[in-house]
Formats: sequence, C-alpha cells, structure tokens
Amino acid sequence: MIVSKKDIEHLVQLVRIELSERDKNDLLTDLNRILAYFEKLQEVDTREVPPLSHPLQMVNGLREDEVRDSLPVESALRNAPAKKGSYFSVPKVIK
Amino acid sequence: MSDSIRRHQDYVAGKFKLVDRVEELLERIAVNSHLNAFITVFSRRKLLDQAAALDRRIEQGQKPGALAGLVIAIKDNISFRGEPLTCASRMLTNFIPPYHATVVEKILQADGLIIGKTNLDEFAMGSSGETSHFGPVKNPWNLERVPGGSSSGSAVAVRAGLADLALGSDTGGSVRQPAAFCGIVGLKPTYGRVSRYGLVAYASSLDQIGPMGKSVGEVAYLLQNIAGHDPRDATSVLQEVPNYVKYLKTHPHHLRVGLPRQYFPEELDPEVRAHIEKLVAALKEQGVRFREIDLPLTEYAVPAYYIIATAEASSNLARFDGVRYGLRRPAPDLFQQYSRTRSEGFGPEVKRRILLGSFVLSAGYYDEYYRKAQQVRQLIQKEIRQAFREVDVLLTPTTPTPAFKLQEKTADPLQMYLSDVFTVTANLAGICALSVPVGVTSRGLPVGVQLMSDFFREDRLFILGRSIEKCTGEV
Repeated sequence: MIVSKKDIEHLVQLVRIELSERDKNDLLTDLNRILAYFEKLQEVDTREVPPLSHPLQMVNGLREDEVRDSLPVESALRNAPAKKGSYFSVPKVIK
Repeated sequence: MSDSIRRHQDYVAGKFKLVDRVEELLERIAVNSHLNAFITVFSRRKLLDQAAALDRRIEQGQKPGALAGLVIAIKDNISFRGEPLTCASRMLTNFIPPYHATVVEKILQADGLIIGKTNLDEFAMGSSGETSHFGPVKNPWNLERVPGGSSSGSAVAVRAGLADLALGSDTGGSVRQPAAFCGIVGLKPTYGRVSRYGLVAYASSLDQIGPMGKSVGEVAYLLQNIAGHDPRDATSVLQEVPNYVKYLKTHPHHLRVGLPRQYFPEELDPEVRAHIEKLVAALKEQGVRFREIDLPLTEYAVPAYYIIATAEASSNLARFDGVRYGLRRPAPDLFQQYSRTRSEGFGPEVKRRILLGSFVLSAGYYDEYYRKAQQVRQLIQKEIRQAFREVDVLLTPTTPTPAFKLQEKTADPLQMYLSDVFTVTANLAGICALSVPVGVTSRGLPVGVQLMSDFFREDRLFILGRSIEKCTGEV
C-alpha cells in the first residue's frame, strides 16, 4: 500500500475538499491501484535525464511595453458570489 | 473540396440563407436532445439576428469572411462572452465569462456563426462523456455506447449534423478519441499552434484546442482560421500559418509512413486491426511507403501522462475557491467555505484527479512520481522525434477498441485511463495528431486511424488524411 488513510486525511486538508468516510475509503482503494500502476515508471532508466516541463523549446517573445485595455472592475466583479463596493467579499480572516 | 468550403462558397453565391440554415439546425438540435450534445444553445433570436445581418451583407454583394455560411459548435470549456461557461461542472453553473476566447474572436471575425456550447466530461477530465454534471452524452451510432470524451458533445454535434464544424480541446486524446468513436475527423494541433486564451486550463503543458469536422478538408479549413500566435497566450508560437487547404490536393506518394509495433499489441480489437491493415494495403497501392518503427517507451506514456496531467490539474483547479466566481457555499470561516464549496462543486472524477495530482507533487513523493514522469516525458519526446527522422508520419489505431458501453468503465478509473493508451504520447511530446474514420465494425461502430507527425507538420497529416478518405470512400 502506497497511500494510507492518514495520507488521505492530510491530502484532503491540502486541497480543501471534504470527503465522507465512504468516499475516503473508495479513494484509498482507487489511489493505491493507480499509484501501483504508476510504479511502472521506475523500470525506465532516467539517470542524467533532465525533466521536461514544456514541450517546446521557446525563446521569449518580447513586445512593446504599452498600456492596453483591461477588464473593467464592474465586469470582473459581475460573477462574484459576494462583493462590497469594488471588492470581493469573504468571511473575516484576521480575528 | 471539403463540404464546408463548398457550403461557404454556396452561401457567398447566394444559394441559401443563413436564417434558414439556423432554423434547420435548431430543429435538428431539438429533435436530437436525447443525445445530450449541448449544454447551452444560444437564443434563437440572437442567432437569427446575426444570421439575418450576414444574409443582408451577402445580398448587398459584400465579400464576407472565410467562415461565412458555416455554423460552429464549441466545447463548453471555451469562453464566449456573455454566455454561460460551465465546464460541465456544478462549480461553474452560474458563471458568465466577461471575455471571448481568442478562437471565438477569430471565428467571429471570419463571420462564422457559433450556435452553442457542447457537453463534455467535467473540466475535460474523462474519456467517455460520462462525468458531466449535466448527464452522459450518447453516441449517435448506438445509444448504449459512449461517444468518447472529453469533447463528447462536439463530436456528436458534428456526427449528428447539429453543426457544420466544432471545436474541442485535447489534453490526452480528448479531440481524437471521440472523433474516432463517432466516425468524424478530429485534430490535435501542435502545442502552441492555436491560442489557448479563454480555454479553461486543465493541464497547461498538454492542452490544445482542436478542430472537428466530417472531413479532413473541413478540419484543415477550420484550423486555417483559428491558428496563429496570440500575444495573450505566451505559449502560442510565432510561426506563420501555412495555407493548409492547398495540401488537400497533394498526392501522398512522397510520404514515408511508420507503423509503430507497440500500437498493434496482441490485445488490439481484431476488427480495429483488420480495418487498419486493409487501409495500409490500399495506401501501398497508391505508392505510399511503409516501414515498421519501434517505440519501446509507449507503455510508459499512460502513467507519465496521468502523473503530469493530474499534477497540473491540482494546481490549475485551485482557483475554484468560491471567492471571485462560480459556486460558493457560505461558511463562517474562510477555510471551511473553501472546503464546502469545493466539495459540493466538483464531481468524483475531478476530486480524484486533484487528490492524485497533489499526492504526486507532495513532499516525499515529488521525485518518485512527478519528476520521474517529467524525465520519462523527455525520453518519450526524444524517441518519437527520432522516429520522424526516418518517417514523415506515424500511422496507428486511434483507440484500442471501438466505442465501449455506457458505464462499462465508470467503476474502474484505471481501465478508463488505459483507454487513452494510443493518444497521450502526442500530448506528452507536443506534436500534432489527426484521427480519421477508416470504417465501421460488424456491430456498426466506427473505427478511427490516428496519424502523428512532427512539430508544425499538420500539412503531412492533411495530405495523408485526405488520401485515406479517398481509399475508404468516406468523402
């Protein structure tokens, strides 16, 4: 077993997702099966191989530093579940 | 010539009115609502107003854009200003984007008419169209079969004649696999060929928007109109867009085609194999030269892909927190609010991938999984690009089987992931790949052939793809 129940408890904290006990148990089974399959990669010799994080070797495309239109505040706030004036509103963080 | 180019020319010549075409398609969409292909169909009134405006310009003898007369459906993870963008997720059911994706702007500039937003696997995570919050999409060939995913609704809309053309997005096969399962043509362009601005990110180093149509010519034509560098997408490439359509008339005899052994395993569906073998024989008759190629790293593509894709997804989907847009489940404490929102907003497959992705990135496991997968990715890219020194195109089945049954793989995520075995390599390497219909099985299910070529060699895919259509008598 690669992932324990305790790991799952920790992970759901990290990603801010609540799960029922049943979901946690299902996930424990799924993740362990999937990760066991991922172990297959250990067969590949990758000594000295640099990791590839982006498929194209690109050089910076530079442009003039000029002022352009940006999204108006009202548009940016239109989808906000809660707002106050020109701000997004959330429950009090600092108590 | 492709159906779409002809339709466009007929339209410009005044042979039909776009208002009539829109009415016809809205009727077809309504009759086919059981396929569940659309999440949002734009309002009849808005569509008819746009169509009538274009009709008037034609009557006045103005020369319209290259997509005038064509009706296009777009996957509902692509932004259209003022219309809902859901990603087939409960998280975004109330989200109205304030800007157009670059591909949408380009289509509108070319006078294409966008009719609505198609259904997909939630956040494009799935291979069957079954993870959508709005219910599964059905395959028009057989209602008990999946249409493939994640660009399920786009493939179905094209197949069932609910739109002329469609856009999907392809992270690990999400354009090509549904194209194969539905018997249409779908392209994953080279990474950077098409702007991703306005596409909701799933795995940013793999995602690419791709055109879907009934023929290779249509797909080439749509690519022509959406490709190109975009200052708003730093990963789009400063490289001229060639005249793709001109390659449709090129004879393929100069092409060297490779058949990678690892894409024809023992377990390959016998009918899929038979269709591909028959096609290869027909292409040989036309003078296309074939050789066997070895790509021994193929079996490592699925694990490398799922590690990288889920890692990137766990990061990309962190933005859905109920603060700025989308669902919010209020709670007195901010962290509790995040958790409640995300728990209710995301479906099971999305949660599974976020958790898997954050696990492979977490302290103590990063080197063993994420870094290892990136190293294997390096080797896979090297291996396939080396193959392109010997051959111009690689020809493989798009999928190991024809469309599977609804619910056949939903209980077993690993089996679902393994169905992507032939498509993920193109995304890992960043190269272009096309799926073209090659025939229908004895059970009446379409089979697709996949063509892969090197960076920015879509031209070769179109040359060979078009000659495949001639062999199979499809178009």
